[in-house]
Amino acid sequence: MADRIDWIALAIFLFFFALVTVMGFFAARWKSGPVSAHLDEWGLGGRQFGTWITWFLVGGDFYTAYTVIAVPALVYAVGAYGFFALPYTIIVYPFVFAVMPVLWKTAHANGYVTAADVVHGIYHSRSLELAVAITGMVATMPYIALQLIGMGVVIKAMGLTGELPIVAAFIILALYTYSSGLRAPALIAFVKDTMIYIVVLVAVVVVPAKLGGYGAVFSAANDAFTAKGGATGLILKPSQMLPYATLALGSALAAFMYPHTLTGIFASKSADTIRKNAILLPAYTLLLGLIALLGYMAYAANIKVSSPNDVVPVLFKVLFPSWFAGFAFSAIAIGALVPAAVMSIGAANLFTRNVWKSYIDPQISHAGEAAVAKIASLIVKIGALAFTLFLPTQYALDLQLLGGLWILQTFPALVFGLFTRWFRAEGLLLGWAVGILWGSWTAWSNGLKPLATIDLGGGSYTFYVGLGALILNVAVAAIATVIVSRLSPDRRRSVIAPS
Amino acid sequence: MWILLLVPFVGLLWVPFYNSLEPALFGFPFFYWYQLAWVPITSLLIWLVYRSRTPDESP
Repeated sequence: MADRIDWIALAIFLFFFALVTVMGFFAARWKSGPVSAHLDEWGLGGRQFGTWITWFLVGGDFYTAYTVIAVPALVYAVGAYGFFALPYTIIVYPFVFAVMPVLWKTAHANGYVTAADVVHGIYHSRSLELAVAITGMVATMPYIALQLIGMGVVIKAMGLTGELPIVAAFIILALYTYSSGLRAPALIAFVKDTMIYIVVLVAVVVVPAKLGGYGAVFSAANDAFTAKGGATGLILKPSQMLPYATLALGSALAAFMYPHTLTGIFASKSADTIRKNAILLPAYTLLLGLIALLGYMAYAANIKVSSPNDVVPVLFKVLFPSWFAGFAFSAIAIGALVPAAVMSIGAANLFTRNVWKSYIDPQISHAGEAAVAKIASLIVKIGALAFTLFLPTQYALDLQLLGGLWILQTFPALVFGLFTRWFRAEGLLLGWAVGILWGSWTAWSNGLKPLATIDLGGGSYTFYVGLGALILNVAVAAIATVIVSRLSPDRRRSVIAPS
Repeated sequence: MWILLLVPFVGLLWVPFYNSLEPALFGFPFFYWYQLAWVPITSLLIWLVYRSRTPDESP
């Protein structure tokens, strides 16, 4: 498909890329604050983002460019099963509403910047803090790499070959993230999300109109799946129902354990900002559901691709004039910049607060923290870039999958402590380790499929391995807590009752 | 009121309930429009809980 360069699409792409680059550097002066004087400024944009900025920022980094490529690709490949992203991104919000304001209050009252700060604040355990911090950093790396892959897909669709364009785009991103911190993606998110909304709304109206309506789209997909056979179709096979539900639940619980989503939470102005966002953010889920349907529209448009990831770009190229395809590709590429920036900032905050400050320089000043984090964000991005350039794409996908499983294992340490002080740090650490080891081993021995199967009472159950690992994690943490409490009951009990 | 927050979990995780093609709506099989319908319903439920709770003390 990358046969010749589409100049109109490319020109539009370059225009928008230049626009967000200027915005990225200008962002340092937006909502003015001394960006380099304090990590709160560089890493959290001054903890001042209100409802709308948070909506764009969290929407922009949770629903990533890779999502726009990968969800329709999965739906194109397997049908209904690929839709688990929809229940996942719905049930995440009641959870966000109930838990994240409590987390925000703890972080705000104590000046915490990362999840690991919160964990250390609650349990006073350096090892548990380090476990949470390392899990966050490791899980984030392949996620950034995926954003690059998403950007690479659209750059290729415009006819540009080689790795130079993506390297150039990434260096620019790294530089303005370095100079402006979280303000850059927050400002760019406005452009990115507006563009994505326009693209998707046009696509979901125009494409079915060209293809004979949604009825025709679904029946074309149905015919294709009938011909294809296997575990595909417009509805789930009975054996897919438990995997579907557990993937949705496990992903929803993991979603706000990631450094980039939590950075959006910590950067909010108030607990109420987060509550309002739990009500408003589902608008993006509606968008995601419509984006997923692009996978079926491809069948109605008779598109055949060798790699499912090319479904969206090819669909736009076939059905739209060059200028609109260029606009859509810009939206997706800019859509990669926002999450990549926030992810690298989240990982840099973890490194600064929970590795550098905890182990190397405990007396570090606020300005020193900001300086370390800026350098760390560069290293994280270069690491992710090297990842995409020198390792096969499949590694990034596999590691991203394992990353979701790993980050989910930090759930008990981060969330339980907000509501109860019953668990002991030793127990949570052991639960974390067991969850990660069992989950990774199970996924590995299944050929890196995210599913595990157990036989119970004559029946065989297949479910999302991350959720299984979480249940094991909690069970081990609870048992270990009981044992540790028996052995050393004289622990200094927390005087302040958690709210 | 907080119990309302659990309703979307039940509605969406009980997959056998909605894993069917019929009844279709505007060309969308049941599986699809049912799940899409949960987006506004979930927003509404969270809003109801939000409205019913006592507000934070002003900073």
